Amino acid sequence: MNPVFWILAVLTVIGALAAVTLKNTVHCALAVTVAFAGLALFYLQLDAQFAGFAQILIYIGAVAILVVFAILLTRGSETPRTGLFSRSWFAGMTIAAAVFAVLGWAVIQSAHVLPHESAAPAVDVNQIGNALLNRYVLPLEIIALLLTAALIGAVIVAMHEKGESK
Amino acid sequence: MTPLAGYLLVAALIFAIGLAGALTRRNAILVLIGIELMLNSANLNLIAFWRYGPHPELLTGMMFAVFSIAVAAAEAAVGLGLVISIYRHTRTTDLDEMNRMKG
Repeated sequence: MNPVFWILAVLTVIGALAAVTLKNTVHCALAVTVAFAGLALFYLQLDAQFAGFAQILIYIGAVAILVVFAILLTRGSETPRTGLFSRSWFAGMTIAAAVFAVLGWAVIQSAHVLPHESAAPAVDVNQIGNALLNRYVLPLEIIALLLTAALIGAVIVAMHEKGESK
Repeated sequence: MTPLAGYLLVAALIFAIGLAGALTRRNAILVLIGIELMLNSANLNLIAFWRYGPHPELLTGMMFAVFSIAVAAAEAAVGLGLVISIYRHTRTTDLDEMNRMKG
């Protein structure tokens, strides 16, 4: 394990923790951006440059901005009087801790059969383009259809209806 | 500890944090942020297995992660549109106060 891994792990986990615990919702959106950036750096460190830059473009460039827009449009940055956490917070924390315990136990139990260090795969954009238009052309078309449907659906769902507006 | 086990443990920790956020926060937007964190930790698992598994030249895990990122972006757009639509009807994003499906 090299020091870069530990630095990225600490950065990402602190960003994720801050995103779910901070009081101000705008601060949460900024903290989750830090976590997304840490994950993008993880992808770059794992020699998945294409996925890393796609993560930076889509998550930091689009999803984080969308979240900030939603927070500002809904006055979500105000702290609610009733508290940050829902009434069933203890059950939620217990379920999350149990899920982490099971996942961590499974990983540690199977650590000796996991593959060790291997040579870095040489992947260039040419190969990725060929793969996308040969082997993965059907998923690519389906994802294009899904994105079009989601775009139209999001606009229709959030559209202001004149007849029944308050 | 092998490098792959380290990545899997970090992904499990981020998944648990996202699950805790999605289950305990009141604000609907923060629940969506928790779900995005869970999706991202799954992507980290896919890419770590692709990097250390056999035949990385087939690009399977990375392509899966890229498609999953695209689906997550569509999900975030529709989810935030729903939150804004609900806010327009009920003037709140507090999930504990949203206890009926009818607007």
